[in-house]
Amino acid sequence: MKPLLDNKQMLAIRRRLLQMHHESGVGHIGGNLSAIDVLSLLFNEYLGAQDAFILSKGHSAGALYVALWSVGKLGDEDLRMFHRDDSLLAGHPPARGIAEIMFATGSLGHGLSLAAGTALAKRLKGENGQTFCLTSDGEWQEGSTWEALIFAAHRRLTNLTILIDHNRLQGFGGTEDVASMCPLQERLKGFDVDVQAVSGHDLDAMRNVLALPSRRLRIVVLETTKGKGVSFMENRMEWHYLPLKEPHYTLALEELGLT
Amino acid sequence: MRKQLCDTLVSQADNPRMVFLTGDLGFMALEPLQVALGERFINAGVAEQNMVSVAAAMARQGFDAWVYSIAPFCYARPFEQIRNDVTFHNLPVRLIGNGGGYAYGVMGPTHHAIEDYGVLLTLPNLCVYAPVFDEDVPAAIESASKETRAVYLRLGRGEQPAGYAIPDYSPWRQLVQGEGIPVIAVGPLATTYISALQDLSDSRRPNLWAVAELPLSRHGLPEALEQAIRTHQVICVAEEHVAHGGFASELSLYLMQRGVSARMLHLHAKAHHYDRYGSQAYLRAQSGLDPQSLLDTIQGT
Repeated sequence: MKPLLDNKQMLAIRRRLLQMHHESGVGHIGGNLSAIDVLSLLFNEYLGAQDAFILSKGHSAGALYVALWSVGKLGDEDLRMFHRDDSLLAGHPPARGIAEIMFATGSLGHGLSLAAGTALAKRLKGENGQTFCLTSDGEWQEGSTWEALIFAAHRRLTNLTILIDHNRLQGFGGTEDVASMCPLQERLKGFDVDVQAVSGHDLDAMRNVLALPSRRLRIVVLETTKGKGVSFMENRMEWHYLPLKEPHYTLALEELGLT
Repeated sequence: MRKQLCDTLVSQADNPRMVFLTGDLGFMALEPLQVALGERFINAGVAEQNMVSVAAAMARQGFDAWVYSIAPFCYARPFEQIRNDVTFHNLPVRLIGNGGGYAYGVMGPTHHAIEDYGVLLTLPNLCVYAPVFDEDVPAAIESASKETRAVYLRLGRGEQPAGYAIPDYSPWRQLVQGEGIPVIAVGPLATTYISALQDLSDSRRPNLWAVAELPLSRHGLPEALEQAIRTHQVICVAEEHVAHGGFASELSLYLMQRGVSARMLHLHAKAHHYDRYGSQAYLRAQSGLDPQSLLDTIQGT
């Protein structure tokens, strides 16, 4: 069994994420900070050779790259190339070059179908393993995401786990204000699925939910905070876009107690 | 061509890696395939975007994935899924569009596919098959099965004139021989010209060629055809596809790059501007794609 990830390690991972975004002068940090805990948890404790992961919210590529770094699949040299010329590490997950990244994502509403197809293929092949898919919450405004949910629920893909980064902020407003599906959890319960909600920043709580037995397609709504861990970024829409420059970078590190 | 399609795929059903996804279409046509494939026959429902992405993921897992729908629902609705999930990853998903061109005739413009291969051939890692005769389907499926990249199979309905011996499947075939100008028709449209052209005198009868695989850059032009274009300094292309992005565009570039100077006569589908609807034959005539329009065009050369 893999050693459990602890909060101290998570702080180091968060710091590495901030460093990478700062060095590359890149935005999208808010949604990366909301997703970094679950991504780190999956890669450190859950994803083995038989499992699969698809990041449907491709704009959290930074968090994905740092999660891969945390398990030694990417190095510091790789992360230094984030968003630069001649880099594997594009602003959204690339189509090739990194074995753990199965599909280029970034256009929302594709990942869940890709995960459903992966899970169905593994079932037809008689393979074990779980397929995980992380979506955003705004992404549930895409019709294709619902197509995928209907398909996966109908086929009872118990080897698929859908994780939703429910940080309640999207590109140009709050999810409740733009095109509300709140409460999302109640909407999803209308399908033949198991739905649980849990803090997406609490490692033990996520472990407990993922350990629950399920005979149906499982959806875990991760209650998260955009910009989690840095007070001036938390729940602030502008940090969906703003690059991480000084003095914000130093302030952020100070808040994380890492300077 | 659906019967030939079904029979051919049934003959491949013992391949355990074969999966077939349909967007809720195939009633009274694909039932034998459904029986043959069992759980590997997947009715994905009326959800084409999901269907294409699922097929991409299954191909990524090693399956030979076939996707079936009425042509426009197969490429226009899920275009981004074809682009991002299939071709960006060079996955060998086979998209079968039933009723290419005006084949759905009076069913209306939503069911017509007159910009399909032009749009799709802008993508990387994808090729197109447009079988000419119904009898081509087994060979086209066989060939498409061996492709290591994505395929769009544009199915239509070929005609076989009485007494006409259909030549074996090939990407290029000469269907009518004569001393007149060269004519190229894409897919089953070519079969509608055979009778009318055969009745012409030797000196006026054109060389009618049918092309069944695109893009042109895959196989190039047959040497005899290129020579005929050089000799006559004119080429006529007929395609049930809009002018923009059609075969004639690629051919023009191909000829210019090779220093071949020729006048281009282009018969093509008109864009979606209809006052009246009708059968495929009616719509072809409205677009100037019927045999008489071709004869009139040749007459003017």
